[in-house]
Amino acid sequence: MSTVQGVLDRVTRVPGVRGALLVSAGDGLIVAEQLMDGVDGRAAAALTGSLVGRLTRTAQQAGLERPAFVHLRAEAGSVLAAPGPDDLVLVAVVAPDANVGLARLEMIDAAARLS
Amino acid sequence: MSEDIRVLTARLADEPSSLAFLELAEALRRRGQLDAACKVARGGVSRYPGLADAHDLLARVLSDQGDLAGAFDAWSSALQLDPMRAGALKGIGFLYFRAGDVVAALDHLQRAAQADPDDASIPVAIARLRGEVRENGGRHEAPAPSPAPPAATPFEGIEGGEEGFLLVDGGGLRLGGMLRAPSGEDLGDRVAAQLAGVSREAARATRILGLGPWHSIAVESPNGQLILAAPTADTVLLTARDHGIPLARLGLLAERAARAARSWLERVG
Repeated sequence: MSTVQGVLDRVTRVPGVRGALLVSAGDGLIVAEQLMDGVDGRAAAALTGSLVGRLTRTAQQAGLERPAFVHLRAEAGSVLAAPGPDDLVLVAVVAPDANVGLARLEMIDAAARLS
Repeated sequence: MSEDIRVLTARLADEPSSLAFLELAEALRRRGQLDAACKVARGGVSRYPGLADAHDLLARVLSDQGDLAGAFDAWSSALQLDPMRAGALKGIGFLYFRAGDVVAALDHLQRAAQADPDDASIPVAIARLRGEVRENGGRHEAPAPSPAPPAATPFEGIEGGEEGFLLVDGGGLRLGGMLRAPSGEDLGDRVAAQLAGVSREAARATRILGLGPWHSIAVESPNGQLILAAPTADTVLLTARDHGIPLARLGLLAERAARAARSWLERVG
């Protein structure tokens, strides 16, 4: 199993995670994905890549370093993102009852291993 | 105890996590058992803080109890979760009317009419208020105490005051709050400019991914953390702190600040 597929496998094993993907933030394209049916990977990649880019600029303007984790919480679930090296972002789409705490730890660790 | 309330109470006891509290509290409210209705509705809000129905219900109960400030806050919470919720827009419009501010009441009712064109009561109320505006220039003798006058800043009484909060309009302009660099330089306007349109972008992302309305965005950096929330459909509130405060607690502080900002916006808007 490749490093990337191993990373996605770790994240999708967390209860409540509906899919994980590795995204190139600059152009919003999918590098690799492991998604349940019904999750639109291309949309998740494009939208999350753009949002993470904007939040990174916001954090920098606020005097903060590059974000290590982003959690977009919505009524029926969340989008989690852990920026990694080389403009890559590890993204997960999770259900409302997901173990977000565990997913966060796995994603931060996994994103660091992508280097 | 009537039969329907008995049945609903039993259902809620069997399944405390069910949504039966909505029917039960409404049934109690209709029967005038307002204290019991309030207790059930507050329990529901506590269990389902992201459910606009629960806040709307609590607001109706509080309004019936005469707690107009509490009703205002609860309807504001419902609108944060669902900005086009007709019941909450009508409720806040009613409170403004009670407070004597016919123009603000009219504005809310017009938004309610857009949200629910089938509700025939709204055009009737709008026509009546327009008559008031023509006759009295928008002022109406208030039969009840008005909500408190707007504070000078949105964050009065919130931990940290203005520092570390930034309320931004849809165009990226600062409405309130202050964000300082360690050197003392005010970063607020630059950060505000980055936040122009972020609420629309987040809403688009969660809608397309089938996740419904967005509630918050938490951003963790090695040297600090940010929470974004949308007090209203057109504004974004940024709360910034260092890692001295746990992220989940920062989320609670951000929620409180968003409620304060929403109330402030409703009053100054």
